[in-house]
Amino acid sequence: MRNTLTIAGKELQSYFVQPIAYVVMAVFLLLGGWFFFVLVRRFDLMMHLYGAMQNTQGLESLNLNDTILSPLLQDLSIVLVILVPALTMRTFAEEKRLGTYELLLTAPIRTGEIVAGKFIAAAAIVLLMILLAGIYPLILILFGNPELGLIGAEWLGMALLAVSFVSIGLFTSSLTQNQIIAAITCFGILLLLYVISWPAELGGVTLGNVLRYLALPEHFDQMIKGVIDTTDIVYFFSVILLALFLTQRSVESARWR
Amino acid sequence: MIEVKNLNKSYGDFVAIRDVTFIAEQGQILGFLGPNGAGKTTTMRIITGFMPATSGTVVIDGLDSFRQSLEARSRIGYLPENPPLYNELRVRSYLRFVAKLRGVAKPQVEAAVDHMIEVCGLSTMAHRICGQLSKGFRQRVGLAQALIHNPPVLVLDEPTIGLDPRQIHEIRELIRGLAGKRTIVLSTHILPEVSQICDKVVIINEGRVVLEEQLSAMPAGTSLEDLFLSTIAKEHHEGIEAPEELLEEVGAGHG
Repeated sequence: MRNTLTIAGKELQSYFVQPIAYVVMAVFLLLGGWFFFVLVRRFDLMMHLYGAMQNTQGLESLNLNDTILSPLLQDLSIVLVILVPALTMRTFAEEKRLGTYELLLTAPIRTGEIVAGKFIAAAAIVLLMILLAGIYPLILILFGNPELGLIGAEWLGMALLAVSFVSIGLFTSSLTQNQIIAAITCFGILLLLYVISWPAELGGVTLGNVLRYLALPEHFDQMIKGVIDTTDIVYFFSVILLALFLTQRSVESARWR
Repeated sequence: MIEVKNLNKSYGDFVAIRDVTFIAEQGQILGFLGPNGAGKTTTMRIITGFMPATSGTVVIDGLDSFRQSLEARSRIGYLPENPPLYNELRVRSYLRFVAKLRGVAKPQVEAAVDHMIEVCGLSTMAHRICGQLSKGFRQRVGLAQALIHNPPVLVLDEPTIGLDPRQIHEIRELIRGLAGKRTIVLSTHILPEVSQICDKVVIINEGRVVLEEQLSAMPAGTSLEDLFLSTIAKEHHEGIEAPEELLEEVGAGHG
């Protein structure tokens, strides 16, 4: 555990002095602010329209969670697809290129501890980022009355999604010594997980169900609507554990090549 | 003590080292010599546990480097060919990280870092960023990193490469002073370096050990340079002779 924390501490230090962490967080929050502004303006406009038309049904259907926060997270999840690979691409690839890999692998620590340390650090950055994005619901809470329980579920979904992305990013970085290859591979996998269910209607029932189960939006969309289902949580944890397991195997196997 | 027995390593079809065997006793500085590409770095990487051998064993102070890898690794200080520095960190925080990584107990970390900064002459550089250091200082930080946990076994891959003559002298003095109860293996292709600081020499060529000799046991008057060139040349000679014989035989057949 001590070794894991040593690695995590050094990684966090590197993220902040480089200063990758600040840039990634700034881009995420600036885009988040833009989306939030657009969604709030749209909400406002629709309220006026429905009010002018005296459409009570329309007015009732408007609520802060469904009309602002869910779409906001939807948009931000796409931003993560691009930002997370950029954040994680250096984790292993850079060490290989600079030769510090030799320092890590000859130190009296286990491969699992190296992977765990790097995972904790990268996950901490994205979780901090998502926590800071809590400013948007906070604004809504100050000026309106969104449902707090739903916000919790939405943010939990977002956190699980981001941490899954991070573990996939670690895996692709462990495969290569080229950071660009690591980032692009990660980006490709994440995008594929978004669209993998597209042909679900075309194939047989079983195949369709499998593809739908694999697809990220199937699980994520439920969670950002505020529905917490064990299936979805199991899905995200499976992705995280599988990717970390593969990373550990890949780092270990590097010794044998 | 380092005991290397029948070490083989191949990458696919390419055989990097074959049947490498030698012993470095405690308190001894072993000079590991050989032309470029002879297999020095490969051997050192296997000793330090960076990668396993295809076959053969390395025993560090009685610990098998493969089966008791963690224990064996904790006894080794290693300076790879390129000093493994994190370019974005400052020298002090880098050394602090390595100290923790190498298992220095928490209360002693700061003392160990301070000591290394002093021993390796880094006091003016302690707050510099590693990426901005000159080659000589990078090498010193690399050495500090290898020594920080006071390891009984030191493996140094070309420790004086890229340094100016004064720095080379300083580093040699430092290594000489480190010997004591430690076992040190250092690779180099600077021959005078070996005669100056080593007790024993192992020459490796094309992946095989061609000479293992105590420097004190060398006949008076023979210089290391002659010895090196003659052992390497013998190898080359044999290598070239074979096809010539073959040619003659083919020629004889035609005749």
